[in-house]
Amino acid sequence: MSTKKTIVLDDMILTKTMPTTAGSRMLEGYMSLFDAEAVTSLTEAGYEILGKAKCGEFAIDLVGESCYFGCELQDGHFVNDLCEKVKAGSIGVGLDVNGSIRRASAQAGLISIKPTYGTASRFGTVEVACSGETVSVVGSTADDCAEVLSVIAHHDTKDGTSLSSDLCDKVKVCAKKAKKVAILSSSLDGVDDEVRAKIDTFKAILEKNGVEVCVVDSDIFKFARPAWNILMCSELCNNVSRFDGVKYGYRSSNFTTIDELYTNSRTEAFGELLKSAILFGSDNLSTDNYDRAYDKALRVRRVIVEAFDRIFEDFDAVLCPACSKMAYTPEDIKNNKHLCFEENAYTAPASITGLPSVALAGVTLIGPAFSDGMLLDIARMYEEVCK
Amino acid sequence: MKYEVVIGLEVHVELSTKSKIFCSCSAEFGAGPNEHVCPACCGMPGMLPVVNKRVVDLGMTAGMMLNCHINRTTTFDKKSYYYPDLPCAYQTTQWFAPVAVNGYVEIDTPSGKKKVRIKQIHMEEDAGKLVHDIAPDTTHVDFNRTSVPLIEIVSQPDLSSADEVIAYLERLHSLLRFARVSDCRWEQGSMRCDVNLSVRPEGSTKLGVRTEIKNMNSLTAIARAIEYETARHIDAIENGTEVLVQETRRWDDAKGKSFSMRTKETAGDYRYFPDPNIMPIVIDDAWFDEINASLPEFPEVKRERYITELGLSEYDADQITSSRALCDCFEDAYSVCGKAKDCANWIISEVMSILNSKKMTFDMLTLDGKALGALINLVCDGTVGRANGKKVLLAMFDDASIDPKKYAEENGFIVSNDTSLVESVVKKVCDSDPQTVADIRGGRDKAIMALFGRCMKELRGNCDPQVLRKALMDYING
Repeated sequence: MSTKKTIVLDDMILTKTMPTTAGSRMLEGYMSLFDAEAVTSLTEAGYEILGKAKCGEFAIDLVGESCYFGCELQDGHFVNDLCEKVKAGSIGVGLDVNGSIRRASAQAGLISIKPTYGTASRFGTVEVACSGETVSVVGSTADDCAEVLSVIAHHDTKDGTSLSSDLCDKVKVCAKKAKKVAILSSSLDGVDDEVRAKIDTFKAILEKNGVEVCVVDSDIFKFARPAWNILMCSELCNNVSRFDGVKYGYRSSNFTTIDELYTNSRTEAFGELLKSAILFGSDNLSTDNYDRAYDKALRVRRVIVEAFDRIFEDFDAVLCPACSKMAYTPEDIKNNKHLCFEENAYTAPASITGLPSVALAGVTLIGPAFSDGMLLDIARMYEEVCK
Repeated sequence: MKYEVVIGLEVHVELSTKSKIFCSCSAEFGAGPNEHVCPACCGMPGMLPVVNKRVVDLGMTAGMMLNCHINRTTTFDKKSYYYPDLPCAYQTTQWFAPVAVNGYVEIDTPSGKKKVRIKQIHMEEDAGKLVHDIAPDTTHVDFNRTSVPLIEIVSQPDLSSADEVIAYLERLHSLLRFARVSDCRWEQGSMRCDVNLSVRPEGSTKLGVRTEIKNMNSLTAIARAIEYETARHIDAIENGTEVLVQETRRWDDAKGKSFSMRTKETAGDYRYFPDPNIMPIVIDDAWFDEINASLPEFPEVKRERYITELGLSEYDADQITSSRALCDCFEDAYSVCGKAKDCANWIISEVMSILNSKKMTFDMLTLDGKALGALINLVCDGTVGRANGKKVLLAMFDDASIDPKKYAEENGFIVSNDTSLVESVVKKVCDSDPQTVADIRGGRDKAIMALFGRCMKELRGNCDPQVLRKALMDYING
């Protein structure tokens, strides 16, 4: 009998023995012909894959509320299915596309790590926003996250963006203790009192551990969100174009021409949020808008990477909110059905740069590339106090 | 008024790689429907593209053969459009930084040499194939060709007649086959071309309305289509028979006409953007030099060298330089035996005829040229008779590992120097046919060939013909 915890996957991770739906009617009952690299390496390391958790349609929403197969409510709030399974004793592995895993874990009293881009193979994950999405781990403790990260972080020849073994190994250790952490001024815009208190609590714990915390003036959190929304939706629009009703997945029964087959299959199988993202992405990539939208967003990405580089010359990590509030209600979505493209202001900086990010207790920590071990080490300071 | 026609070509060439561009499926032509497919080239989610390095090698080779500048950092981009033969609904191609740019090809025209400028060469994946004739109301998709690697060679609008277009395409065909970039087989679709054409009054610098004829796959059809389009444009300009619009047209060779497919207004937006799953490919000096060093001599340079340095006739040099495989075989054989004329004779008379009888193209030749050189030595120095030498050659076609000398020995093909054996055979044959011997003695010299043949057969070919002839004459006259 293995003493290891079991693994639950979110439905963006492809498995041979269980259907993978990406939370969409389009892929209802879809059986992959192969396992994701994360699944293969966890199985080889002796982990039992317990099953799948539901996710939002193509994982772009807040916490899973756009799933075609439904989303549970608790006390009037949406609950994330992967986090529920982790609370029941498993470790979760999912694809962080637009921060839903970070938001959900930070709100659910759990911890997640979105490792440095390129260290965990994306082979066998449903492609949405390939330039930023990352296989991530959700656990009850930092140790859970570190343990599973050490298995899924390795070079993979099947992923052209996979980094070398030497670099992948770096995320498995804590190379140095954090001494200085920055809070970026722009990151506190729009957060409610409860989240602001979470930041204050975390700050106090860091200081008690001898870590200096400073507020730094920076625009990063202002510009990362719009740029990321352009890149994410553009890549999404292109990636989900393969779901056309021709080869597999949902096919409308209502068509006489190939164009009707495409249009009706996609109209009937895709949800409203996804359609918004497709249209936005398509518009950004059009010949008329490419230069002022997509190409501009690529430039903003580089400016943000450089801005982080400058911050990390003086600081070991950045502390920021994970979300503007600690739970989302159906009312929130009713008032603003595109809320996920605003709430991602807090997660977009790490998504657009590929920097590692740890989320817990309403906050996220962002560090330089390969500082994953150090971020988990900071999280342990919090765990020590709150145990 | 006199008109001139302005033509630019986009030529698609399938690369000679074993596997596809982003997965390990076979890229070979001719398998049954959907036998060369995997989740990646069927557009299933979760498969990431990993670039086949050989594709970049061949893209660079093509660029260098066509005098292009090689972009030392080259990237792949995605081109979106919906069509059932395109499983991802995007094609991975090169838009922003193609592997090669700004080259040229020289062609011969009646008024001398002409440079046709190459705008760019980009690498991309092919699409699948729709099959309409399996059942009346359905279309089937065959993904075997999906993700087979291609290069697209885009010329500047420097061509001004069907003859120049044919000369340009024949030149590309020859250079790319010589460099083993592609087998360039029009009939299998491994070479295809789009023709961009416009017409303007002679001397005018302003280009006329351009039409593009898509997917041409034979030289004769291309020539016919160009003649037709040119006439159609001139007719429209002079007589106002129709209003020319920028559009894509389809050529129907059976009807001898082109038909509109889509106009510029109805064309889709391809939404190009960099593929985030493929890192920029950096071509360092070592890689560049390796490909540069692997380039073959141009065929006309070889031809000239064969004539002036090795003393071949123009005919022989033309024959051999028609194929890179024949050249390689010839040069390898020559390096071993040093007898250029004999090598050429063996290749043109023996090797080519065996290829023809096996219905193989010259480029399919896999014969070891060095072994052929050794065989030529054996025949020239009289160790093996010529007829037996051909038998050895035939065996070498079937088994590349055969050593000609060893094979000749094992099969009793070594010429005997034992004159007493020859004399005894001559005596036996002559004694069995006194009538013929008497005829020869009576002056019918030609009859000697019959006895010669029988003796050679008796000796299983293993006799120097001069030795046998002398022994026969000695016996009859003596």
